[in-house]
Amino acid sequence: MSADDHDRKLKLDAEAIFRSKSLTDLALARLWRDRLSMISIVVLLFLTLVSISAPLITGALGVDPNTTDASGSKYLPLFSEGHVLGTDNLGRDHLARLLYAGQVSLFIGFMSAFLALVIGVTLGIITGYYGGIVDDIVNWIITTLNAIPGLVLLIVISAVFRPDANSLILVIVFLTWTATTRLVRGETLAIRAREYIVSAKAVGASDFRLMQVHILPNVLSLTIVTLARNIGIVMLIEAALSFLGLGVQPPTATWGNMLSKSREFITRAPHLMILPGLLIAAVVLCLYIIGDGLRDAFDPTAAD
Amino acid sequence: MIKYILRRLIQAIPTFFGITLLSYLLLWLAPGSVVERLYLAPNIKAETRARLAAQLGINDPFHIQYLRWLAGDDWLRWDTDGDGIADASFTPLARLDEDGDGLPEPPGDNYGILRGDFGRSFVKKQPVMDVLLTNLPATLELGIAAVVTSLAIGIPVGVLSAVTQGRRFDKVSRVMAVIFDAVPNFWLGYIFIFVFCRVFDILPCGGRCVPNLYGLCPPLFERLNYMLLPTVVFAAGFVALFSRYVRASTLEVLSQDYIRTARAKGLSPQVVNFRHAMRNAMIPVATLLGPIITNLWAGAIVIESVFAWPGIGRIAFTSAIQQDYPVVMGIVIFASIGTILGFLLSDFLYVLIDPRIRID
Repeated sequence: MSADDHDRKLKLDAEAIFRSKSLTDLALARLWRDRLSMISIVVLLFLTLVSISAPLITGALGVDPNTTDASGSKYLPLFSEGHVLGTDNLGRDHLARLLYAGQVSLFIGFMSAFLALVIGVTLGIITGYYGGIVDDIVNWIITTLNAIPGLVLLIVISAVFRPDANSLILVIVFLTWTATTRLVRGETLAIRAREYIVSAKAVGASDFRLMQVHILPNVLSLTIVTLARNIGIVMLIEAALSFLGLGVQPPTATWGNMLSKSREFITRAPHLMILPGLLIAAVVLCLYIIGDGLRDAFDPTAAD
Repeated sequence: MIKYILRRLIQAIPTFFGITLLSYLLLWLAPGSVVERLYLAPNIKAETRARLAAQLGINDPFHIQYLRWLAGDDWLRWDTDGDGIADASFTPLARLDEDGDGLPEPPGDNYGILRGDFGRSFVKKQPVMDVLLTNLPATLELGIAAVVTSLAIGIPVGVLSAVTQGRRFDKVSRVMAVIFDAVPNFWLGYIFIFVFCRVFDILPCGGRCVPNLYGLCPPLFERLNYMLLPTVVFAAGFVALFSRYVRASTLEVLSQDYIRTARAKGLSPQVVNFRHAMRNAMIPVATLLGPIITNLWAGAIVIESVFAWPGIGRIAFTSAIQQDYPVVMGIVIFASIGTILGFLLSDFLYVLIDPRIRID
């Protein structure tokens, strides 16, 4: 082989490496082909967009979530004139309430899961990297929190402090950061022992640089995959809590507290009970399917 | 093995203290003074309030109050001659006359939660332990029924789904599992009540039984109709959990060499799947015991509220609403002990039934 051929071959190799796809690219490509996950993403995006644009939609229809119907028509059935999804026990437009409730429920779900992820990743990397007394204390807190059934603790905290939507997020985060922390801590422990970390340390990389540049990207994909499922879990928690009357208080509507009120009128107006529940179930279902799809897509052993 | 059990039990001690600390901290942070809550009179006189506060030790620092709650106060101030008036005290922590009126305070009568004394309910005016114990059978009844039902359905579905991997039964059962996971159980409960009680009127809408002349429930087999709906709703989530878990572990077992050998020997698929594979696939299910007990408590609160089932879950909810803190804290600790024991038991079971696991 001449020197020229050798150079050409090297160049081709370099191009092949350059053209080869990263794990994220492959995963996204796999996700794109996963029909069920894509449908779920579309449904979820649609419901989110519709909820976010609640003011526009209700404005166009001339209804308001907290105004009672002037003609005093309560318990209107579906497809009534002026109220597409009927009215509730106080004569408020059901569609408008569902849309605004969606804003609150989705916000609580996304925000809590996101904050729990941030806390979990930060604490997990720090405890996994440094170990020692901080690790012991955090571990003790985690085992303690995990030993108390979450909903029991949640109803106690909610009954004592009566949270609104924002403080409810903090309460839910307080109870859900542990799972991600454990996951990230374990992964960090494994990564810390790898050769590339040792060599980075040997060239003099600081602890912060090691954690930020060499560990964080490697644990991030792991946790992002759990994010969708966690949002679903949080939304179910919020729904259960609001249903018990301990979550967000009316007149602010959430899908959970709409269920709580409507159970009293189930024979008179079943749609008041059925629709919010269906929406929760649909959103959580989409999130779970997306979670499973992401997990499969990011599985490095998956074949194409 | 005994060494392993002992080590795990000792490891559970700091967790238990963490739980007591957290629950007492919650009470400490709760808005409104304890004196006000205890006597439900916000406008009592300042000096009365001061005296009550001194007697109850509310102005003591956190760690002293926590200690008193944990270990009781009968050793802080006690009566030696049996006249009902305290005449001795443990001086580093308590004085005979706390409020300075020249008379000794009443002797301590609280044994602390470490000795099983959770105090008295503010609302029911009876010991918390009694409240819990009278309501425990109903909760256990429902919980056991739900777990047994879900095991009876979840395990066969999981195995079948693994055996038929990728075919119709597998697909349908997996989709069903995700759906049952995503549906809020309380909502499912109300839909069932609506259909089976309000519309068709074939099952009771809630409650545990029609009490007999003594106000007690008749034997279980006479009130199965009351059990049916709550059990089904309760079990729905667990069936999903079990079937998914069993499917995964069966798939793993099915890919092992001894299964291939068994098949190569010419054994029928039934024998291979249900005798060889299922036995080993069941082992990981033992690890689910811990999480299941945690979920049972959470489920109990919701399901018992939906079906007006008179158990601990409903008591937990009503006490939280009524701010009946002794009961609430009792339930938190009771439930946590149950959970810790559940996790320990599942670890022990795992080691016991799987001879491949060595503990050193």
